[in-house]
Amino acid sequence: MARLDLNTPLVWLIAPLALVLAPHAFELPLWISLSWMGFAVAGLRSANRRQAWPRWLKLSLTLAGVAGVLLQYGTVIGSQGGVALLVFLSGAKLLETQTARDRLGLLFVGCFLLVAYFLNSQSMAMAGYMTIAAIALVAAMIANAQPAPDPRASLGLAIRLLLQALPLALLLFVLFPRLQGPLWGLPQQTAAKTGLSDRMSPGDFSQLSLSDEIAFRADFASQAPDPSALYWRGPVLWDFDGRTWQTRQAPPAHPVRGEGRGKSVSYAITLEAHRQHWLFLLGLPKPLPPRLERLETSLSPDLQWLAKAPVSQRLRYVIDADLEYRLDPDSLDAASRARSLTLPEGNPQARELANRWRATAKDTRAIVDRALAHFRDEAFFYTLNPPPLGGDSIDAFLFRTRRGFCEHYASAFVFLMRAADIPARVVTGYQGGELNPLGNYWIVRQRDAHAWAEVWLAGAGWTRIDPTAAVAPNRVELGLNAALPANERRAGLMTLEANWLMPMRLTWDLLNNQWNQWVLGYNQERQRQFLARLNPFLATWQGMAWGLAAAGGGLLLLMAVLILPRLAPRKTDPASRLYARFCKRLRQRGIVRGAAEGPADFAARAAALRPVLAERIWLITRLYLALRYGLRQDRAEVDTLARLKRLVGEFRP
Amino acid sequence: MQLPVLLHLPWRPPRLERGPIRLNARRLYILPTRSGLVFAMLLLGLLIGAINYGLSLAYLFTFWFAGLGVIGMLHTQRNLSGLTIRAKASPAVFAGEDARLLLEAENPAGPRRYRIGLAHPSGASRECDVPVGGKAELALVLTGCKRGWQPLGRFTLYSRHPLGLFRCWTVLELAGPDSAPHGVLIYPAPARDSLPLPAPDGADRQAKASQADGDDFTGLRGYQAGDPPRRIAWKAAARSQHLLTKQFNEPSVAPSGSRLRLDWSRTPENDTEARLSRLTRWALDAYAAGLAFELVLPSHSVNMGGGEAHLRHCLEALALYGQANGQA
Repeated sequence: MARLDLNTPLVWLIAPLALVLAPHAFELPLWISLSWMGFAVAGLRSANRRQAWPRWLKLSLTLAGVAGVLLQYGTVIGSQGGVALLVFLSGAKLLETQTARDRLGLLFVGCFLLVAYFLNSQSMAMAGYMTIAAIALVAAMIANAQPAPDPRASLGLAIRLLLQALPLALLLFVLFPRLQGPLWGLPQQTAAKTGLSDRMSPGDFSQLSLSDEIAFRADFASQAPDPSALYWRGPVLWDFDGRTWQTRQAPPAHPVRGEGRGKSVSYAITLEAHRQHWLFLLGLPKPLPPRLERLETSLSPDLQWLAKAPVSQRLRYVIDADLEYRLDPDSLDAASRARSLTLPEGNPQARELANRWRATAKDTRAIVDRALAHFRDEAFFYTLNPPPLGGDSIDAFLFRTRRGFCEHYASAFVFLMRAADIPARVVTGYQGGELNPLGNYWIVRQRDAHAWAEVWLAGAGWTRIDPTAAVAPNRVELGLNAALPANERRAGLMTLEANWLMPMRLTWDLLNNQWNQWVLGYNQERQRQFLARLNPFLATWQGMAWGLAAAGGGLLLLMAVLILPRLAPRKTDPASRLYARFCKRLRQRGIVRGAAEGPADFAARAAALRPVLAERIWLITRLYLALRYGLRQDRAEVDTLARLKRLVGEFRP
Repeated sequence: MQLPVLLHLPWRPPRLERGPIRLNARRLYILPTRSGLVFAMLLLGLLIGAINYGLSLAYLFTFWFAGLGVIGMLHTQRNLSGLTIRAKASPAVFAGEDARLLLEAENPAGPRRYRIGLAHPSGASRECDVPVGGKAELALVLTGCKRGWQPLGRFTLYSRHPLGLFRCWTVLELAGPDSAPHGVLIYPAPARDSLPLPAPDGADRQAKASQADGDDFTGLRGYQAGDPPRRIAWKAAARSQHLLTKQFNEPSVAPSGSRLRLDWSRTPENDTEARLSRLTRWALDAYAAGLAFELVLPSHSVNMGGGEAHLRHCLEALALYGQANGQA
């Protein structure tokens, strides 16, 4: 195979485009990336041979790409199919770019695809990467039109241009009015993400506990509660089939019957896009906003806050809530009661144990305490690697393996309660979190996922009981790692926490949090808040328009002054200065040039007054006139000037 | 959409100026190019996408690209601003040849200027750079020029550097340098066929007839426009890269005292331009033959003389015959 000559304008096209498309490759089907690379190589080869590809070939390749994208996505428009097709076509276009304008157009497509990638990720690292890609694109635009581009000069100029454009960009970013609501439908993202699900089977949570992925961050306006009180409430699971807990159908809608009993807190949660419906809560919220940005939300009677559509973007919400509260304190409706007592067949040993407790205890509260004491006093172990349970999972766990993670304890506890005729349900969510002291906010990760139980007690209503805390109190007090047996603690995490890297990690998270809050979360609400703090008028439409016009205009003017050369008026030219000296010498002798007197007239008058000097006066005047109004031949000019200088220097009237 | 080459505000037409001209903001126009408009559409599309998907980084980068366009516009203007333009003496050519009108762009201050182009209704130049503190020559090649002064006329100096999104330009009308203030002088095209020179006054026809082949080869010299084709040393030319003309040490055809007169009234043609072409051919032949001659036109005559300066003088007279500014 012939060696490819890389010295063609096409390289200036392929390199920046490849930089832009590299992250897309992870999101696109393999065949598109491979075709793109094929097109790049084929384009380079044909550029080397200066031969064009046949028209029919290009046309059929294009059609094949459209068909492929249609097959893959079912559409050629929209945020996925459209981008995929554009990537494919940008490759095909490499086969037929001849003119500088073609190439510039393709670089514009590169700009489009660069921005389109933010549909997939808007992380700080990606912003940095795309900045580099943008520099490459701009350098390619600069080099594109030059016959022999200099890579260093083009890159340098690209960086300078982008730096100079940055203030304008930031100004527009801050002041350009943010609009609410999509102009057309948002993409449905179905890809699964790690995180809580609406089902709980043995082993689910121990899987989750391996993930350091961030679920949400929370900051408290006031003093944060004790970590052991941080039960972030997520899905509530009602129905058990012997192995898996889930909610087959939502409880009938009615308002939450709860009453706050003090310890109110105010906190803001920045929820990562988990592509599920629930929104995590702490405590009993005071009235909740019915909409979060574009999402409609509702609060179900079992205190789950649910969005109508999956959360596909990072979401920030501020909640006022009571940490102490009573839920359904007075009565439990019949349907809920029946549902929270239903048990599938099986697990006779557990039923028998529950019946025994029920027979001996004096009230329901005593049964609950008895069950917790059972977990605490018997030889139960808290472990990430519980043995498999087989059939009659509750019996197997309670009487045989006795090793489990939070879902085992929650599941067994709720089973026992129901068997003892106490209404109970499983609640999942997150417990605790990591305090970032730098930003004074809590980082809640997937590994903080937790499951606990709620039992309904007459007079107290639904009461939270955490059986895991009975087995491993450290789980709630100090977090997962402290609760696990030493050999199961995560090595990587241990060393990280132990050494000097921890402040760096927390700083990085703080940066990410600020990035999420202020850059990615800069929506209509935040914009108004921020601008109102500067000046209330700025937070209105008119204010933003005026602000943009004034600050944008001023900035543009400033940039123009900085960039455009100052065309200073030409320095008084040397001939005029010499002539002025000549006039001054004559003035000292009483021969004064009139304001409106031309040099020739003045020379005639002066020559008449000083006939001895007439020849010199005329010579100087002629030279001066020649320099000022005559020929402009550089060489001669220099000589004439030198002569004039000498003559004026020697002029002694 | 193609804008006219010489686009200027109708109430500010360029005046004929003597150089040099320093380009400042008052002289410069700037508009987006077609690519610039496409870029603006792209930005609009990106902005709509950013609004729809609520992507902050999409907003940020869209605004960054928008700022880039604006900053690029300033740089485009900077690329021309402060340049000093002057006309240079352009070598005379014969009608039918390509005339090169020369301009000089000087960059007295400021950074290197990139890709300055010259456009004219009848042609465009290659774009060229002007180094820091240096000069560059811009040549405008005009084809199909008519005899006489070919003025530079109005021309456009433009640049699209750096991004090609904007085109900055100025329309100027510049007088030539003092040696050739009217532009480039176009001599009449020499007649294609080579008729024998007219008989000198007082010489016998016999002597003249022998002139045609009575030659004594002395050497070769570089081809000059107007050399008769039969004098071209084709074999030698094939070996070297340039056309060469055979030179002959011709015996002075005219006996002493006889005068070779290239006279308007003795040309076989009767059309003005054809006559001028004939006289041009004769003048070139006579010069090539090393003969002294005089030129007689109805309005004007050039006295007896020889050598290159005389030839040029005659060619100028022929070029300007019958023209308003003829007796330059």
